[in-house]
Amino acid sequence: MGMTMTQKILAAHAGLESVEAGQLIEADLDLVLGNDITSPVAIKEMEKMKVEGVFDKDKIALVPDHFVPNKDIKSAEHCKCVREFARRNEITNYFEVGEMGIEHALLPEKGLTVAGDVIIGADSHTCTYGALGAFSTGVGSTDMAAGMATGKAWFKVPSALKFILTGKPSKWVSGKDVILHIIGMIGVDGALYKSLEFTGDGIQHLSMDDRFTIANMAIEAGAKNGIFPVDAAAAAYMKEHSARPYKIYEADEDAVYDEEYTIDLSALKSTVAFPHLPENTHTLDEIDEIAIDQVVIGSCTNGRLDDLRTAAEVLKGRHVAKGMRCIIIPATQKIYMDAMEEGLLKTFIEAGAIVSTPTCGPCLGGYMGILAEGERCVSTTNRNFVGRMGHVESEIYLASPAVAAASAVTGKISGPEEL
Amino acid sequence: MKAKGNVFKYGDNVDTDVIIPARYLNSSEASELAQHCMEDIDKDFVNKVKKGDLIVADKNFGCGSSREHAPIAIKAAGVSCVIAETFARIFYRNAINIGLPIIECPEAAKGISAGDEVEVDFDSGIITNLTTKKSYQGQAFPPFMQKIIEAEGLINYINHK
Repeated sequence: MGMTMTQKILAAHAGLESVEAGQLIEADLDLVLGNDITSPVAIKEMEKMKVEGVFDKDKIALVPDHFVPNKDIKSAEHCKCVREFARRNEITNYFEVGEMGIEHALLPEKGLTVAGDVIIGADSHTCTYGALGAFSTGVGSTDMAAGMATGKAWFKVPSALKFILTGKPSKWVSGKDVILHIIGMIGVDGALYKSLEFTGDGIQHLSMDDRFTIANMAIEAGAKNGIFPVDAAAAAYMKEHSARPYKIYEADEDAVYDEEYTIDLSALKSTVAFPHLPENTHTLDEIDEIAIDQVVIGSCTNGRLDDLRTAAEVLKGRHVAKGMRCIIIPATQKIYMDAMEEGLLKTFIEAGAIVSTPTCGPCLGGYMGILAEGERCVSTTNRNFVGRMGHVESEIYLASPAVAAASAVTGKISGPEEL
Repeated sequence: MKAKGNVFKYGDNVDTDVIIPARYLNSSEASELAQHCMEDIDKDFVNKVKKGDLIVADKNFGCGSSREHAPIAIKAAGVSCVIAETFARIFYRNAINIGLPIIECPEAAKGISAGDEVEVDFDSGIITNLTTKKSYQGQAFPPFMQKIIEAEGLINYINHK
């Protein structure tokens, strides 16, 4: 029986000829990731284990990004714990403030994730690296601890849903609209325990940043991972960012999928997920007037250069609505610098937005844009759960950078065409 | 191994942000996390929950973030078992890894109401609603999983092996 792309990568890392859905395997890990929230718990667990140290100091990435720069004393203690662990174990890929970025934007940029890898991270959005043709999935802190100690993790081999993407999306339709459309279609548990495998000639019209956004939100459909085939654009990205060799795996022609869906990208419209679940999607044209108080453009989902370029294109020569807070957060130091050199930051500031140093900050209600009771935010982040960005009576509308920027200008949920 | 207590009942898609809001994730102390468990979905939970009580929910319990703090908070609040129609993947793994028993059982999730007294036998997987006198067959816990639970987590279990 044929294997999916995910199954092939897992088989190779388990030293097996073939695997099938449901099989339990132990796989070698190419990278183990943690952040300032999950790593302290993992470090505490690892210290209980009777091991000398980490399995490979080059294959662990520690990225304080959630509450960094430290938002309070307790966060500072967490970061200190991670920093000292990194120092003690001579972790090569520890990224301090000034070098860091939001983990899932940073690691591909630093060339630490490439096609064919098996990666676990103690952060649910670790599935982002599927954009490069890697198997990557989120785990908890205990699995991270075991991974750091042994370089291995056990997995139940997932079955898969196949998404055949065709056509070319229209100007303001982005990767965010594609993945929100999919989540709206299959629901927040539509891919529970499964892989999302993307294929089709529409992929050529999706930039790498679009693909990172799509793979990033696979978890929002309950998926174990989301994965793209490696084409010329993915190969070029890896060549530019990484010195590591990569390996291309392709799904067998007779691979079995639980379901197959065809999505015509040219037919997609700007899509917004209403509170309080990412599956509550509406296309922009069917939304009545909804006044908002804040816009956030950033996060591991949509804080990359393409996202900032789109936001700047919308905001150029315009101004955010009176009383509106527009918070823009480049996801890494490099993206921040590139945005500066391209003049995007100037555009943002002239438009009345603020620009922050890289941080997850408001996405998970940490800091840098917490909502009060009754406030509404259009956000390019990934979750709109109750209380996610602040007060339990606040509301988050998930959208693309284009919609978020246009909404900042009008003060209500809007698309760029309406300006 | 058995669990017995009164039930707190919730619906679909109880996410990790309502189980333990991120504003409290500047701590990793179990006792501190427990004080805010379920705060954004049920403010009274921490005041009402007694040691041994159970959480019963519908589908996709624990969806969202990978924070292990979520099952840690539930366990430290005194909850002896979570029963749901389905669990989100990362939460399922995390719960077992930290020694919080969880059982998927759609029939029990539907048939049990808030406040019911429920007993779970992990050897047989039988869930008994002592209030309504109805029983449900959940998945039995294999011996190694019971040992992980007894050792209070995977790491202790590995160390004791």
